[in-house]
Amino acid sequence: MDAFLLQILNGLDKGSAYALIALGLTLIFGTLGVVNFAHGALFMIGAFCAVTLQRLLTLSYETVDPERTDFLGNPMTVETPYVEAWFGPATGGALVDWAVPLAIVLAIPVMMLVGFVMERGLIQHFYKRPHADQILVTFGLAIVLQEIVKAVYGANPIPTPAPSALRGSMDVGALVGMEAYAVVYPIWRLVYFVFAALVIGGVFAFLRFTTFGMVVRAGMADRETVGLLGIDIDKRFTLMFGLAAAVAGLAGVMYTPILSPNYHMGMDFLVLSFVVVVVGGMGSLPGAVLAGFLLGILQSFASMNEVKSLIPGIDQIIIYLVAIVILLTRPRGLMGRRGVMEE
Amino acid sequence: MTDATQTAFPAQTPRAEAARDAQGRRDRMLLLIVALLALAAPILLNPFPTASALAQFNAGYPDLMQRFAIYGILAIGFNILFGLTGYLSFGHAAFLGVGSYSAVWMFKLLSMNVIPAILLATVIGGLFALVIGFVSLRRSGIYFSILTLAFAQMCYNLAYSVLTPISNGETGLQLSLSDPRVLDGPSSGSLPVTSLFGAEMREAATITLGGWSWTFSVGYYVCAALLLLAFWLSIRIFRSPFGLMLRAVKSNQNRMAYTGLSARPYTLAAFVISGMYAGLAGGLLASMDPLAGADRMQWTASGEVVLMTILGGAGTLLGPVLGAGVIKYFENIFSKINDAILHQWVAVLPDGLEDAVVAVIHPFVGKGWHLTLGLIFMAVVIFLPGGLVEGARRAGAVVRRRDRNAPSVESDAAARRAAAE
Amino acid sequence: MTSRFTRRGLLKTGTAFTASGLALPTIFTSRASAFTNEPTGSSVVLGFNVPQTGAYADEGADELRAFELAVEHLNGEGDGGMLSTFSSDALGGDGILGKRVDFVTGDTQTKSDAARASAQSMIQKDGAIMISGGSSSGVAVAVQGLCQEAGVIFMAGLTHSNDTTGKDRKANGFRHFFNAYMSAQAMAPVLSSLYGDDRRAYHLTADYTWGWTQEESIAAATEALGWETVEKVRTPLGAGDFSSYIAPVLNSGADVLVLNHYGGDMVNSLTQAVQFGLKDRQANGKDFQIVVPLYSELMARGAGSAIAGIPGSQNWDWKLEDAGTQAFVQSFGQKYGFPPSQAAHTCYAQTLLYADAVARAGSFDPCAVVEALEDYDFDGLGNGPTTYRGADHQCFKDVVVVQGAEDPQDEFHLVDIVEVTPVDQVTYPPDHPMFAGGSLGECNPGA
Repeated sequence: MDAFLLQILNGLDKGSAYALIALGLTLIFGTLGVVNFAHGALFMIGAFCAVTLQRLLTLSYETVDPERTDFLGNPMTVETPYVEAWFGPATGGALVDWAVPLAIVLAIPVMMLVGFVMERGLIQHFYKRPHADQILVTFGLAIVLQEIVKAVYGANPIPTPAPSALRGSMDVGALVGMEAYAVVYPIWRLVYFVFAALVIGGVFAFLRFTTFGMVVRAGMADRETVGLLGIDIDKRFTLMFGLAAAVAGLAGVMYTPILSPNYHMGMDFLVLSFVVVVVGGMGSLPGAVLAGFLLGILQSFASMNEVKSLIPGIDQIIIYLVAIVILLTRPRGLMGRRGVMEE
Repeated sequence: MTDATQTAFPAQTPRAEAARDAQGRRDRMLLLIVALLALAAPILLNPFPTASALAQFNAGYPDLMQRFAIYGILAIGFNILFGLTGYLSFGHAAFLGVGSYSAVWMFKLLSMNVIPAILLATVIGGLFALVIGFVSLRRSGIYFSILTLAFAQMCYNLAYSVLTPISNGETGLQLSLSDPRVLDGPSSGSLPVTSLFGAEMREAATITLGGWSWTFSVGYYVCAALLLLAFWLSIRIFRSPFGLMLRAVKSNQNRMAYTGLSARPYTLAAFVISGMYAGLAGGLLASMDPLAGADRMQWTASGEVVLMTILGGAGTLLGPVLGAGVIKYFENIFSKINDAILHQWVAVLPDGLEDAVVAVIHPFVGKGWHLTLGLIFMAVVIFLPGGLVEGARRAGAVVRRRDRNAPSVESDAAARRAAAE
Repeated sequence: MTSRFTRRGLLKTGTAFTASGLALPTIFTSRASAFTNEPTGSSVVLGFNVPQTGAYADEGADELRAFELAVEHLNGEGDGGMLSTFSSDALGGDGILGKRVDFVTGDTQTKSDAARASAQSMIQKDGAIMISGGSSSGVAVAVQGLCQEAGVIFMAGLTHSNDTTGKDRKANGFRHFFNAYMSAQAMAPVLSSLYGDDRRAYHLTADYTWGWTQEESIAAATEALGWETVEKVRTPLGAGDFSSYIAPVLNSGADVLVLNHYGGDMVNSLTQAVQFGLKDRQANGKDFQIVVPLYSELMARGAGSAIAGIPGSQNWDWKLEDAGTQAFVQSFGQKYGFPPSQAAHTCYAQTLLYADAVARAGSFDPCAVVEALEDYDFDGLGNGPTTYRGADHQCFKDVVVVQGAEDPQDEFHLVDIVEVTPVDQVTYPPDHPMFAGGSLGECNPGA
C-alpha cells in the first residue's frame, strides 16, 4: 500500500513535467500547425534561466587571502558575491539560496521574448511550408540553441539546489494518519506538482475566460473563418507562441533541483513530449495533460521491482508500449480531433 | 498535377510516348553520371595534395566513402516511402540496426563471406518492416510517425539492456575467436576479416601521383555497386505504375478510395521495400566493420535519416544521397578540425590576427561541428526550400535561363514534390 | 596484389619518385612497410579519440588538454611534467625516437559506431599509429577491437568495466585505468571500517554492461565482508528521474544504497536519493548510508552538495602527494588554471607510457611495443609503483578511496582522500571468473 502510494506520487510528479512540456507543444501544434522540434530546447533554456540567475547572484569580486593557498601553492583568491557585499551576508545568502524560485521572475519575460523572436523571425515563414521543412528548420534551431548553451555553460550537469527550506523530505503519510516514515516524499517534488497544477489551471482559465483565449480557440478550430471575420489572428498566434515558450521555460526552471540541467536535456525530453502529445490526441489541450499524467503514473508503476521481475525490461519500454496500444485502439489518441496532422 | 506527373502515365498519345522516352533517356543519363561519380569517388573526394594544409578536407579514405554509399542506400530507401507516399517514418533506424545484428550473427555462425550476411540483413529488415508497417500503417500523419518511433525505441532500449545476450548491449555485437563459423571453420590467433569470395573488404591499393594519394578499396566498391543497384531500383520504382500509385497516396487518399483502390497494400509494400533498403544498409555497415551497436537504432539515428532526406530534397532521386553525404561529411571531417590545425592554416597571418581568426572559427569546428550542422540545416531550409537538389536546380535555372524547356530530371521531381504538397 | 592502408608510409616514397622526374603514377603492389602506418618522415602521428559532443564532452575536453600537454612534454616543450619523475629515462624530450610528435583529434560521441568511424579515419586518413582516449567502456571495447584488426596500438582512456581487460581483452590494447573489481576490492575495507560488517545493501545499477560488472564486483566484495544484498535493481540508462527506483529503498529493510551509476545518471540518482532524505534516515538502528563505487571530479561537481560524506573510489586524485602527481598538477594547473581530472591523468600517463615503450623497444612496430609494455614495472606517474601485467594488459597500482567533502574549501576540493588501498589488495589472477572468457590473441602489426 505504501509502495503503491509512493509510486502514485512519483507518477504525478513525472506526469507534471510531461504535462507541462506537452501543454506548450500542443499549443503550438494545435494553434499554429507547426511541428516544433525546438520545443525541448525551450525547456532547456528555461532550466538555464535558473542557472543564469544563480550565476548572476553569485557574481563575485576577488580578494587575495595570503593566509591560504590554492592548489598550485599560490596565495588563494577568495570570491565574495556582490549581493552579499551589498545586502549583507544574511539577505545576500538568502537571495542566492532562493535562486531557483526567483528565476521564475527572470524566465517569464525571457522565454516570452525568445518565443516572440522565434515566431516572428523564423516560424511564421513556415506556416505554409510542408511539415518536413518545419522539422528540419526547428531541429536545426534546436541544435544551434543547445550548442550555444554548451559553449557558455559546458557539457557537465550544473547543480541547482532548491532553497534549503524546501530541500529535504517530509512525511506525507503521517499527514494522512499513516504510521511514521511510511510515505516520505521530497518537499520540492510536492512543490513542483502544485506549481504544475497552477500553471496548467492558469493556461486553461486564460483560454476559457478571456476574449483572447476565445479567439485563439476559435482559431484552433477554424483559422480561415476567424481570419475572414477580420480578426488579426497572426498577432495572437505570436502571443500564443510566447505563452507556449514561457510554459516550457517555467517547467524547466522548476525542474532544475530535480534534474541538474545540462545542455542536452531538451533533446532527452523531446521524443517523450511528442509521444505524450500524440497519445493525448492532436489539437487537444486536456488530452495532452491527461496523457502526461497517465504516462507518468504508468511509468512509475512499471519501475516497481514486483512488476519488473514479472516482465524484465518493462520499465524501459512502457511509454512506447502504452503509446502503441492507445493509438491502435483510439485512432486519434485519447482526445484528438479528426483531421489535425493526419495528412 | 503538373505535366511532369502526367508523363508517367501509361502512354496513350504519341506525344506522351515521346515525353516518356525523353524521361527514360534522362534517367539513364543520371544513372550513368552517378555511376561515373561513384567509380571515381576515391579520386574526386581527395582533391587536395596530401601534404597540403587543405588535406584536412579530403574525404577519400575507405571508411568514409563506404559510409557515404551505405547511408546513401539508407536514404534512398527512406525516400521511396517518405518522398513518394508522404508517410514520415521516425523509426527507420530499427531496420538498420536489425540488419547489422543479423549480418554480424551470420559472420559469427556461418561464414565471413558478406553475401549471406547481406542477404539475411535485407530479409530481416524487410520482415521487421512488414510487422511494424502492418501495425503502424493503420494510422496516418503524425500518429503513424509516433507508432514507428515507438517501435524503434522499444528495439533500441531492449537491445541496450535485457536483450544483451543477443545484442551484446552497450559494447555492440562483435566477432570473437570462439565463434563457430560453420563454413569457415574455427579461427585461431587473430580474428578473420569479412570478404567476398576471398577478396577481403579491407584490401586496398594506393596510388600516389605527385602530391596526391588515392586509395581504392574493395569494400568501397562493393558498397558503391550496391548503391548503384539501389539507385537504379529506385528510379524504376519512381517511374513505374506502382510509383504512381504511391504518389496518389500522397496527393489524395480519399480520391483513391473513391476509385475503389485501397492505399494500404501500396503503402505497406513501399514500407517493406524501404525497410529492406535499411536492412541492406545495416548489413553493409556490418560487412565493412563487423560490429553492430544498439546506438544504431536510437531515435537520433532515425531522425538522422529523416534529416538526410529532407536536407537533400525529399521526393527527388539524387537528393537523399546528397543529404546523406553532407551529414556524414560534417560528422567525420569537421569534427576533426582542432585548434592546432586552425593555427596551421592561418600561420601566415601576424600573431594577434592569427589568434583572432582562430578564435572566430573555433566555435564552428572540432567539438562545435554540431553547431555548423544545425546552421546548415536552417540555412538550407530557409534559402533552398526543397533541399539541396532544389538549390542546384535554381542555380542551374539561372545559368540557362534561355533554355527553359529543358528541365532536368531532378527539377521534374522537385516540381512534382512541390505540386504534391 | 594489394597492400593495406599504408598511405603515410607510401607518401614519402611517392613524392620521391615524382621529384626524380617520374610523371607516371606509381602503383604499389607489394607491401611497402612492415606494419600499419609506419612513420617514415620526421614526425609521428598519434590519434586522440575523445567524446567532444554528448554527455561526456567535458570529460573529453579534459582528456584532450592532457594529451596536448603530454605531446608538448614529449616534444621537449613546457616544463616536462611527469617526464622528470617517470622511472624510465628513455624519453629525452626530442619526440619519440627523434621524430616530432603530431596528433589528430576526433569525436567519439560516446557511441561505438561513431568512435570506430573516427578511429578509422585517424588510421586510414591521418596515418595514426596509436589511438588513445575515450570515456566509456562500450566505446573502449569497440575501438580496442578496431585497433586490433587494423594493427595499431590502443591505449585506453577512461574505461572501468572489467570486460575491457577481461573477456574483451586484446593484444594491441592496454588499460592504465583501474576497473570495477579493483574499485570494489579497494572500497571493501574502507566500507567495513566506516559502516561495520553488518549491513544490508540495496543496489541501483545502470542497465548495461559496465553497470553489471560494477554491481557484480561490489556485491561480491561487500558480501565477503558479511554484508547482505537486499535487492539489485536495474535502471534504464539516462532515466533522468530516478524517483520510482529510489522511493522503495527506504522501506526495503536496507540500510545502505549502492549507486552503480556513472556520469549524468550518477549525478541525478545521487541528488534525488539525498532529496528523498536517505542520508538523514535511520534503518535497522543505523544511519542510512549511500555508496558510489566509481567517482569522478566532474560528477562530484555536478552533484554539488549531495556528495558530502559519500564514499567512492578513484584511479587517481590531484591531491595525492607523490612527486609525479605534484609535477603533473603543477604543469597542468599552470597551463589551464585548474587541477586535472583522473580522466586527464590516465590519458597523460598512457601517452607517456606508449612513447616510452616505443623508445625502449627502439621501434614503432606494434608487436615490439606490446613486448616492451608487457610486465613492465614503472613508477613516478602518480600512482606509485605500477605494473603493466602481460597476461591481460591491465595496470596494477594503488587505488584511491575518497569521500565527498563536507565543506569544500573551493570548487577543486570536492573530495577528500580517505585511504590509498595498496596494490596487493586489488590484485587478482588473470583468469579470475569476473574476467574470464577472453583471450588476448596475437599482436597484430597490420600491413
